[in-house]
Amino acid sequence: MSGLVSRALVKEAVVGPRAGVRARLAAVALAALIFLALYLVLNIRGDWQFAVTRRLLVVGAVVLAAAATGGATVIFQTLTHNHILTPSVIGLDSLYVLMQTLVVFALGAASPAWTDATVHFLLSTALLVLFAGLLYQRLFRSERHNVYVVLLIGLIAGTFFQSVASFLQMILDPNEFLITQSRLFATFNNVRAPALALAAGALALAALYAAPYCKYLDVLGLGREHAINLGVDYNRVVRRLWLAVILLTAVTTALVGPITFLGLLAVSLARQLLRDYRHATLLPGTFLVGTALLGGGLLLVERLLVFAVPVSVIVNLAGGVYFLYLVLKESQA
Amino acid sequence: MSLDKRNALQLAALAATLLALSLASLFVGVADISPVDALLFRLTPIQKQILAITRVPRLLSAVMAGAALSIAGLIMQQLTRNKFVSPTTAGTMDAARLGVLVALIAFPGATLLQKTAIAFAFALAGTFAFVRIVERIKFKNATFIPLVGLMFGNIVSAVTTSVAYRYDLLQSLVTWLHGDFSMILRGRYEMLYVGVPLILVAYVYADRFTIAGMGDSFATNLGLNYRHVVNVGLVIVAAVSAAVVLTVGSLPFLGLVVPNIVTLYRGDNVKYNILHVALLGAVFVLACDTLGRVIIYPYEVSVGLTMGILGSGLFLLMLLRRNARGAQAA
Repeated sequence: MSGLVSRALVKEAVVGPRAGVRARLAAVALAALIFLALYLVLNIRGDWQFAVTRRLLVVGAVVLAAAATGGATVIFQTLTHNHILTPSVIGLDSLYVLMQTLVVFALGAASPAWTDATVHFLLSTALLVLFAGLLYQRLFRSERHNVYVVLLIGLIAGTFFQSVASFLQMILDPNEFLITQSRLFATFNNVRAPALALAAGALALAALYAAPYCKYLDVLGLGREHAINLGVDYNRVVRRLWLAVILLTAVTTALVGPITFLGLLAVSLARQLLRDYRHATLLPGTFLVGTALLGGGLLLVERLLVFAVPVSVIVNLAGGVYFLYLVLKESQA
Repeated sequence: MSLDKRNALQLAALAATLLALSLASLFVGVADISPVDALLFRLTPIQKQILAITRVPRLLSAVMAGAALSIAGLIMQQLTRNKFVSPTTAGTMDAARLGVLVALIAFPGATLLQKTAIAFAFALAGTFAFVRIVERIKFKNATFIPLVGLMFGNIVSAVTTSVAYRYDLLQSLVTWLHGDFSMILRGRYEMLYVGVPLILVAYVYADRFTIAGMGDSFATNLGLNYRHVVNVGLVIVAAVSAAVVLTVGSLPFLGLVVPNIVTLYRGDNVKYNILHVALLGAVFVLACDTLGRVIIYPYEVSVGLTMGILGSGLFLLMLLRRNARGAQAA
């Protein structure tokens, strides 16, 4: 009898919450699906096939961005043991903005580097991966790598990129500035099919590369010493995961533009919603929350309100405010 | 050599550099004005006008902005007990910028003084929020605090950007707030004079800032009204930042780099350092500005750019040195 009771208790402790988690995951997935479906079909005037095909591209970009930034942020937070940071802080966003400004400034808005989606995407990705790779090397050059110093270096580099970009923007012709502006904010509407396919391929490769190491994430979350004691080849696993984070972040930024706070917002909401810290639930949970956020945001901003502000700006705002809330809450606990 | 003597020598060297740079700043430019003519009172009326309307205001504003903003950085670093904090890494500048935007949209007819007042209110709120956040953070890793500050600044700029986007003010905002002395004319920079009394107040409070830097409980034990001192410091920082942002634009890293260089060779006593910081700040800004005017003469590169490059370079150097030292100690 007592065995039965304890087994029931164990079952409740282990399976009970997990069943709840599954239900909540399903609810988020359903919400994401509904938002995206509504986004696809609402307010179509004229040619259905054309409109839906165009919108499918947007939906594809949303799903990719949510998966990549969500995954990158979850891994990044586990590696840095910090729940309020996001990989975008290493200066990739400002570098992207600088690059866009520089292209228009040096080559003009008519050059293929600006108009051809494939060239533009490849150029952006190459530059971002190069920069992130240099930082990453710095991170592992010394034996005793202090993550925060490297992050700070990235942030300072970001400020530097920003001051160069703002100088260029200042002397840019107002018309060309308007053209640049369309790419300074993350937009899902500008995504073209070839770039989307390339990005999907790159992201799939990065995911495949990282996948075998994801099972160590739970252990890595316990800290370096514990992970090593439990038999994880710490340095190797961490290197691989860092590389994956950098690739995922760079490719997404090149595809849609800077959305600094999307990952942070999605992970934190997923944590709150699921109250489950296993990565096996946290990773898909973050992806689903991110998709629902972006899908809902697009639906709200473009179909219902017809706003003049890009959805990424709103996501950044919400994410930023949420970040402050997290800082204050974390320090209270 | 006695300490006093060394102190005097260092100050004299800084003052001499400042003087030399000031002369260079006055006589570098497209309109040819020779120092010899100026000494012999042989200037034409037009040359006199150029000096009075653009060159002298430019020199004065660079000196005041440099001195005041560096002292603001010194105060912030002392109060937060963190060498990486400054108006740029704590969101103060970003908050002031948001204030400028709000003033532009809500009160388009406001005078420069009124705009400064609004920017000041925002800068004060932003700095205060940051200091409260820092006080409440348990995890006081020296490099984590500025990370939070920069993120906080990013958020404030995200608000600014979205509002500016909505009102199509993005490029004018970028243009206005990019650090640049070329638009400084007589009648457009006098706001910076608020820096003078504020520097005096900072000097009077210097000892109290030093003690406040030892922590809340320690300072209170020594009979200091900790809250009051912190508030005075924050008001100085916010007022200086707002005035500089409005008249000159952003001067990235100034408040960060200058106090750090001074404390590197002089230690942590605010009272002993304040003059050095003010002089070095003025020298740094003037040097960056003059360099920008010479480098692609007769055109010029803005001080925001030269300082962004030099400042971030110096800061990275500091960071890497500090990191190397930390690795040795461990």
